[in-house]
Amino acid sequence: MFKYLKQLTSLVAMVAVLFTFTTETMAAKKSKTLKNVQKKGFLRCGVSQGVPGFSNPDAAGSWTGIDVDVCRAVAAAVLGDANKVKFTGLTAKERFTTLNAGEIDVLSRNTTWTLTRDADLSLTFVGVNFYDGQGFMVRKSSGITSVEQFKNGISACTNTGTTTELNMRDFFDSRGISYEPVAFEKADEVVAAYDAGRCDTYTTDKSALAAQRTKMSNPDDHLTLPETISKEPLGPVVRQGDHVWEDIVRWSLNTMIEAEEYGITSANADSMKTSNNPAIKRLVGSEGGLGEKIGLDNDWSLRIIKQVGNYGESYKRNLGDSGILPDRGPNQLWTKGGILYVPPAR
Amino acid sequence: MIMKSKIPAYLLFFIGTLDLIYKLFFGAIFEPDSDFYYEYVRPFVTFTPFIFFAIGGVFLKEYRVNNTLEIYGTTKFNYYTPQFFVFLFTILIFVFFIYNAQVNMDTRGIQFGFDFLRQEASFDVNFSLIEYDGSHSYGRVYFVGLINTLLVAVTSIIICTIIGVVVGVARLSPNYLIRKVAGWYVEFFRNIPLVVQIFFWYFAALRTMPLPQNTEPFFGSFFLSIKGFYTPSFLWNNLDIFIYSLIFALISIIFIKKYSDKLRAQEGKQIPVLYISLSLIIILPLLSFLLGGSSFEIEKPVLKKLAKTSYIFEGGLRIPPEFIALVLALSLYTATFVAECVRAGIEGISKGQKEAAASIGLNRKQILNLIVMPQALRIIIPPTTNQYLNLTKNSSLAALIAYPDLVLVFAGTALMQTGRAIEIIMIVMFTYLSISLLISLGMNWYNKKMAIKEK
Repeated sequence: MFKYLKQLTSLVAMVAVLFTFTTETMAAKKSKTLKNVQKKGFLRCGVSQGVPGFSNPDAAGSWTGIDVDVCRAVAAAVLGDANKVKFTGLTAKERFTTLNAGEIDVLSRNTTWTLTRDADLSLTFVGVNFYDGQGFMVRKSSGITSVEQFKNGISACTNTGTTTELNMRDFFDSRGISYEPVAFEKADEVVAAYDAGRCDTYTTDKSALAAQRTKMSNPDDHLTLPETISKEPLGPVVRQGDHVWEDIVRWSLNTMIEAEEYGITSANADSMKTSNNPAIKRLVGSEGGLGEKIGLDNDWSLRIIKQVGNYGESYKRNLGDSGILPDRGPNQLWTKGGILYVPPAR
Repeated sequence: MIMKSKIPAYLLFFIGTLDLIYKLFFGAIFEPDSDFYYEYVRPFVTFTPFIFFAIGGVFLKEYRVNNTLEIYGTTKFNYYTPQFFVFLFTILIFVFFIYNAQVNMDTRGIQFGFDFLRQEASFDVNFSLIEYDGSHSYGRVYFVGLINTLLVAVTSIIICTIIGVVVGVARLSPNYLIRKVAGWYVEFFRNIPLVVQIFFWYFAALRTMPLPQNTEPFFGSFFLSIKGFYTPSFLWNNLDIFIYSLIFALISIIFIKKYSDKLRAQEGKQIPVLYISLSLIIILPLLSFLLGGSSFEIEKPVLKKLAKTSYIFEGGLRIPPEFIALVLALSLYTATFVAECVRAGIEGISKGQKEAAASIGLNRKQILNLIVMPQALRIIIPPTTNQYLNLTKNSSLAALIAYPDLVLVFAGTALMQTGRAIEIIMIVMFTYLSISLLISLGMNWYNKKMAIKEK
């Protein structure tokens, strides 16, 4: 038996060496993701399974929402067409594994940026497209108007696999309130259970509360409490290690926000090419040659603004007009009292 | 080399088990800080327990082969060559998967290891039989999930067996109505997907339940509400003495039964086992109350107001609605298959047996209990084992309705929070495998006991 074992080990070593060579040459190439996307001709984007205003499929199967628009912007920059995106609806639980396994190129699924996720899950958060915070929703008939009125034994419905579960524990533990967490995998089931009266309160990010309220049998019977118990900066995520791709996604998002700052809209973008302001000219690509620096052509940002619009347009289209969150709150530009502040494109 | 003893094989199995346990809970013993180690050695080091198992298996095989070869006179070469290539092929496939996973995880900077099991979980679970809160570790989360899975599986297995046997017998009833109702039940529940049934019991049936404040009590202090089923609970003093007395009573009953059997076989004497057993099981626990200091009070659930329209019950024992829905769905669904197994078993017994039994004057109940069932059990047990295994595996659908079983809390939340997909899925797979194998083992043992004794 040991005679064969020796041959076996040498064979194993040979196979091992073979695999090392193939993988090393692959890793040597720059931005595998960009090359893949361009070769395939479409961008694979992971979104939620349906949060109105953020990422929601309509009856015809086309997706809308501000998270969807980030992916559309990246597609416009990389492929020249904002519609060349294949969206995949993911549960909170699946999202990081799917991204890490290389099934999607960008994850834009109202995902909170935390240290653990950034480091442990080997992901890179490229920016923030929505500043959110966790809140509580209760039935108006309960008479509860503040989290201070919560008492021992309260049951809270929420999503599993989110920061919500962790925040909820921090919140109730720090106040010494005993509670019953009822965590579902899918948002629709959380809403159904809360709506049926299984839970006294429904807790998740406030934006999602506003969006999910539209799905309830009687949206007017419910009330979002004023308190915000956590910071939830939501943004697009990419796999760690591909720095060129990371830059492309980051600056696609930044372009949308900065375009709003300088008043460039999808309607006037072409005419802005001849603007006197160098900052605007850099943003629409008629000056500066910024696209080449991230491996694209110089019209990349113009295409984003023309095809998707600036951040303000996207917000109005998806969250403002539908009445989900008409008040932009912190998601206003820093020049208008909000905290949207992105590094300059230069 | 000629192996004359099984000891080396069992020694290797033992070392492998120790190694596995050590790796699972404490990580690798020795981790040199060199690239070469991480590139080439670590993928193999992680799996050394299995290498121990494999070599142990080879030794065991060697021992058995030596015995067999003597009988059949095959040459060792003929015997080993095909086995060697199959073994080599399997090892290469495993090496390929392990190596590929290692390389992919390295390029993405994902670490492999079970050290995360000791980290603080920091999320809460709504239902746990063992003490648990967010400050416990992920390892504890695993046990919370495992126990919840076992609880739902065992409860459902017991209920589905009872329903299954009753319905299976009822399907053969001479009474037209009983026979038809049982038949409809089987056809109806067997042909609707389990997932739909779980959703039905949880979402559709739950909505019809009253809110706690509108609940009408039945039998005084049992309440069925949308937030769960509340029953009075016992508050025990010195519970352990009571339990010891029960265990002691049961053990003595077993010994008395054995002694009585022996006495009957050897001397033809009968002793009143039933009366002695009954008095033992009543008197001993009673003594624990009178002398041992055991006592209990009954705590009834009391309605408590949380806010204007939200109430809960406090005190008593609460069974969460998720558990009720899951047990209902699993047991009603699986019971249909068990019923069919039971029917098949009974119908598999030849008519002559029943007629012979009837001819010596046994009534229908006696024929079923004394003649048909003991023989039918042999046909019933093997397919029913399959149904138990299915039920246990199906219990993982609990994740759909927020029942915190192994899949929801460990392969769900814990996986999400730690990102250790490969490790956690591996653990969960091995766990389900072990549970299933244990059920098979138990049922095979029961099957052997029930089989016709052959000399």
